[in-house]
Formats: sequence, C-alpha cells, structure tokens
Amino acid sequence: MTRLLETAAHPRTLRRVAIEPLTRVEGHGKVTLLLDDQNRVHQARLHIVEFRGFEKFIQGRPYWEVPVLVQRLCGICPVSHHLAAGKAVDMLVGARQITPTAEKLRRLLHKGQMLQSHALHFFHLASPDLLFGFDSEPERRNIIGVVREHPELAVRGVMLRKYGQEVIKAIAGKRIHGTACVPGGMNKALTVDERDVLRRETTQIIRWCQEAVRVCRDLLDKCEHAPIFGVFPSNFMSLIRADGALDFYDGGLRARDASGAIIFDHADYTRYNRHIHEEVKSWSYMKFPFIINLGEEDGWYRVGPLARMNICDSLDTVFAEHERKLFREAANGGMQHATLAYHWARMIEMLHAAEGIERLLDDPDILGTDLVTKGERSLEGVGVIEAPRGTLFHHYKVDENDVVVRANLIVSTTNNNQAMNEAVRTVAASYLDGQRLTEGLLNHIEVAVRAFDPCLSCATHALGKMPLQVELVDAGGTVVDRLVKGADGQFCDALPTFNYDSGP
Amino acid sequence: MASKRKIATCSLAGCFGCHMSLLDIDERLLELLELADFDRSPINDIKEIKGIVDIGLVEGGLCNAETVRVLQHFREHCRVLVSVGECALTGGIPSMRNHLSLKSCLEESYIRGVGVENAHIPDDPELPLLLDKVYPLHEVVKVDYYVPGCPPSADALWHVLSALVTGRDPHLPPALLKYD
Ligand code: SF4
Repeated sequence: MTRLLETAAHPRTLRRVAIEPLTRVEGHGKVTLLLDDQNRVHQARLHIVEFRGFEKFIQGRPYWEVPVLVQRLCGICPVSHHLAAGKAVDMLVGARQITPTAEKLRRLLHKGQMLQSHALHFFHLASPDLLFGFDSEPERRNIIGVVREHPELAVRGVMLRKYGQEVIKAIAGKRIHGTACVPGGMNKALTVDERDVLRRETTQIIRWCQEAVRVCRDLLDKCEHAPIFGVFPSNFMSLIRADGALDFYDGGLRARDASGAIIFDHADYTRYNRHIHEEVKSWSYMKFPFIINLGEEDGWYRVGPLARMNICDSLDTVFAEHERKLFREAANGGMQHATLAYHWARMIEMLHAAEGIERLLDDPDILGTDLVTKGERSLEGVGVIEAPRGTLFHHYKVDENDVVVRANLIVSTTNNNQAMNEAVRTVAASYLDGQRLTEGLLNHIEVAVRAFDPCLSCATHALGKMPLQVELVDAGGTVVDRLVKGADGQFCDALPTFNYDSGP
Repeated sequence: MASKRKIATCSLAGCFGCHMSLLDIDERLLELLELADFDRSPINDIKEIKGIVDIGLVEGGLCNAETVRVLQHFREHCRVLVSVGECALTGGIPSMRNHLSLKSCLEESYIRGVGVENAHIPDDPELPLLLDKVYPLHEVVKVDYYVPGCPPSADALWHVLSALVTGRDPHLPPALLKYD
C-alpha cells in the first residue's frame, strides 16, 4: 500500500508540504508531501539533499590516508568509518589476521563508539518524543526540555555518552576524528593507567545501561502509538559471527525475510556485490540498495539495532542476552517489525557494548604491545562492520603506486533508505491522510525517521545534480562564482522551482 | 541577571563532528543552558531563527544553494557569527572535490559506481543546486570569529562560548589552538 505513495500520478495539481530541515537527526535531509484539496496524501518522500563526492576525490590519494580521510564523512560515528576503512586497508597489506591486541583494541574502540552513539541518539535526540508526546510543544520537545523536566535522565545520557567518548579518546587520542588504525593494525598500545581509569567506572556504566533499557521499555509500553506506529514488514540484514551470535566488528552477512526465514547466511562480505546492488532515484542523492535475488521492488531491507536483534541467535553478554530474549518474546519469537522497537533494540545494544567494554578491559591482551602485522600485498580491499546505525561497507582498489583508483561506500543509513521512506509513507497514510496538518502531526513523520537514527551526514558522501544557475556573491557584493544552465537547458534560480513533471 | 543570551547553530557542508564536539562539553552543557537559550539548532525542532539571536555558530562550508541561503540568513539574524571548524574556515575535506569537475564526481557515484542500477544522476527540483566548488564561509559573509580544528576541542568551544555569553571577547590560549 505504502509503495503507492512514492510517486503521485498528477503532481502538478497537488499542494507541497516540506519538513525542512529534519531536526534531531544527524545530517541534512528533508521530507516532502504532496496533498490534494482534502489533505489526502498522494506522495511522501525522504530526500537526501547534500552531495559530497568522497568516492571520487579520494582517488589519487595514497591508501594509508584513507582511514583518516573518510572518517570526516561523519562526526557522529567517525570510528565506524575509521574501522571499516581500516579493515579494507588491512586487506591491501595482506594482514588477513591482525594481532590479538590490535583486534581487541579495535573492538574496544568500536564498543566505546556504540555506547556514545546510542546514548546520544536516545537521550539527546529521541527521548523527548517519548517523554513529552509526539505532538507536544516544540519548545519543550528537546534535550533542554529533558534537562528541565527529567534532569536525572538527562544527566545519565550525558554521562553515558561521555564515558563512550573517553574510551574512544584513550585509544584514538581524540574523542572525534582521532587516529588508531594503521595498515595491518593499531598505532598505539593502551597503558595500564588508561585501562584502570576506564575500568573503575564500568560497574556504574553497566548499571545505568540496564536502567536505560528499562526506561526505554517503560516509555514504549506507555506510548499509545507504539503497537501501530510505522509497523511494516521487511527483510533484515546484519553481520553475524560463525556461531550465530551478534558481532559488531566482523563476521559473515546474514539476511532474513519478513517471516524470519534465511535469505542468505554467513556470506563472505568481500563479495557483497553478489548479494546487493543499489538503485538510483532521481529525487535523492542517497541510493536505494536491494538484495539482488529479490529485485528492486521486494529486495530492500532494514539494518541497524532492530535488524540485529531480529537477525542474531544470541548476544554473548549476560545482561544483554536476557534483554534480547524479552525482546524476541514480545514478538512471539518472530520478527519485530515496529519502527519504534528500534529504540528498545538500541538500548539493549548499548548494554551489550558496556558489558563488552568491561570484559575487554579485563583481558590481559588489551595491554599488549604487538600491534602491527602484514602479509602479501593486494590491490583490492573490502572492510565491513556493524556501525551503530547498521551494516557499513567500504571497498577500495589501488594501483601499483599505492594510490586509490576506485572507491565504493555503502553507509548504514543508505541501507535503510527504502525502509525510512516506507516508514514515512506508512505514518503519512495512517496519521496525516485527510487531516489538517499541524506541527505536531508533521513531527510524527520525523519521529518515524528519527527511530532509524539516520546519519544523513554519512549518507551525503555521494554527489548531486548538475547545477543550472547559482551566483555566489561575497561579502562585498562581488560575484565569486556563477553556475549556468545544465545540460538539459532548464533554468532554475537559487531556490528550486517545482516542476513535478521531471519526476521518475 | 540580564535576559539570557540566545544561541543558534547549524551544520552546512560539515560532518556534524563540530556539533558533537560542542556536546562533548559534557556536564558543562547544563551550565550553558543556565546561561543561554538555544534558538534554531539541529538539537531542537526550531527550523528557522525567529528574530535576532546573539551568537550564531556555523559548522561546515558551502556546497549548494541551500547552504548559501542558510548562511546568509544566519548572518542577517546573528549579532555575532562564529565560523566553527576546518570545513567552515577553509572548506575542509569536502573541498577536496574542488580540483575535480562536479560532473565527474556525480558520475562516479551514480553512473560508474559498483552495482549501480538505473544509473543516472539525480536531478529532481527538490534537490538544491550544487555549487561547482566548496567554499569557506568568509568568502560569502562577514565572519566575526574563527575557531579552528577538525573539530575544535570541546574545551576550545567552551572557552569561546562562555566568553561570548558573558559578553567577553574570546581569545583562545595557545594550548587550545589546534588545527587537527
Ligand atoms: S571541521 Fe571536521 S569535525 Fe567539523 S564538520 Fe568539518 S570534518 Fe567535521
């Protein structure tokens, strides 16, 4: 049903409503709706409006720069890009198996990021919708409102995020855009002091994470919308360890369909291209990935916390595994399809990360100093990890001069592109259709997008439309840049004019 | 106490790392909220600045028509405009595309990309027009203060903000002046 709302039959006759910019999400995007005189929704789309061109401008750079360069894709999950690129570069230098210390340091770094990113999303960005209601006053519906009305919760969020950031800093030197991965390993050992400082707090952090799972579950229980809001069937995908347990850092690819049946399992991620292709649509810079065997129409899937909880057979930490079982029981052992269940799954993962941090800090290998290894050079490398928002693919080709000649990135949020559009359409159809639009109703759409914790910043790594005419005027009134008509001869001024005939 | 200062923030062609670094002031965030109110910012749902705000923080450079519009709006509505981070100061990593043609960048992603289906360059009117180069903020508007770093550290941002909200002139001590 929702698929019908992707493209309106007669767009010219309709009224356009835009939610722009999307807020309390990371990055730049907007949602547009096309409505008729009775406010019936005919079209709903989530657009990614920025383009950066990483895949192109990275070409010509030496491969060892890549892990540091690409993390500038995203300041919310820079560690994810750093690690995925790091793994790809390991392949280039033939380091199929890095040293135990290097691998454990990377896993620790990754869990630090999982913790800070999930805390940020739940406490700073998403909780206001659940605490105050989807259509509460916008002045109140933000972290500042949470600070005022639920100070204890706000402080928890700040402290959990801080701890995750401190784990990152201990390993990578900086909280944001540090450096840790070098080809074949890591650039710095963890000192005893650094370990001890972090270890002192883990009991407290784990307890707070347990409480966060409970708070989130209670909020969802109380939320009248939860059982019906943005519920739709889909396929799911994530990395999985050989024994079927969840693994954020490494493993094979598993996909399940809406009923839970396996589509592919333990697939070698270096051959991701045999399983996944990406479709381009004219109205978004973010491509639409799909499972090749199922085709563009039916092959799209969800990734991220919800997908991971649905996909894996177990979690290897005690408290989080207990919570996972409750999560699965709530869906009667089947697939959990509710958009808002993303939050619940996210908090379980945060707990899982916290427990994992404690375990790694207790592992003697974490203080080792054997950090780098290498083997036979190759000209192609693929690195895949489970980033906070889902499966992240980095793929590079280099030449004999060690220079990057091709790059392909499929970021987590891109994997969720079709699913987020489905969520927008499902919510538009069930809440907005035929209603007088209010700020609060429009926020329902954003609540649905927000649940995916989309990182639209990551998703803009690719670039956009040939510009027609834009003048860039400097502070003194001088034109410093002018762009002229595009190849199609169409004229546009600085703000887009709306010619819906040019749709797909 | 005099009425609270107002702060607005936005991210243009940036990675949100500078905003994240602002959140890295951790507990001091609570202190900041005592001293100032937030107007438009990605952390709340205010989508346009209403009236005039005291301090505008802008992350990221200019890459499309929409970023230019937002920057000009910020300049008109902020008493003090602060350019935050490498991307805002110089264009940053996204400006690595400046020596290439926009067309070649677009083709790489949407036509030549691995496993691309329905290959074409997105061209819907809803997508803002791209500039052929990425520009720093000061080439288009007057900027009052610059905070370097990728991102500037939380301490540096705190130093600047706490000075501005209490009406002092911010001067970064050398220890906080970092460019990486
Ligand atoms: S300066 Fe660095 S941290 Fe800030 S937006 Fe640019 S890349 Fe991100």
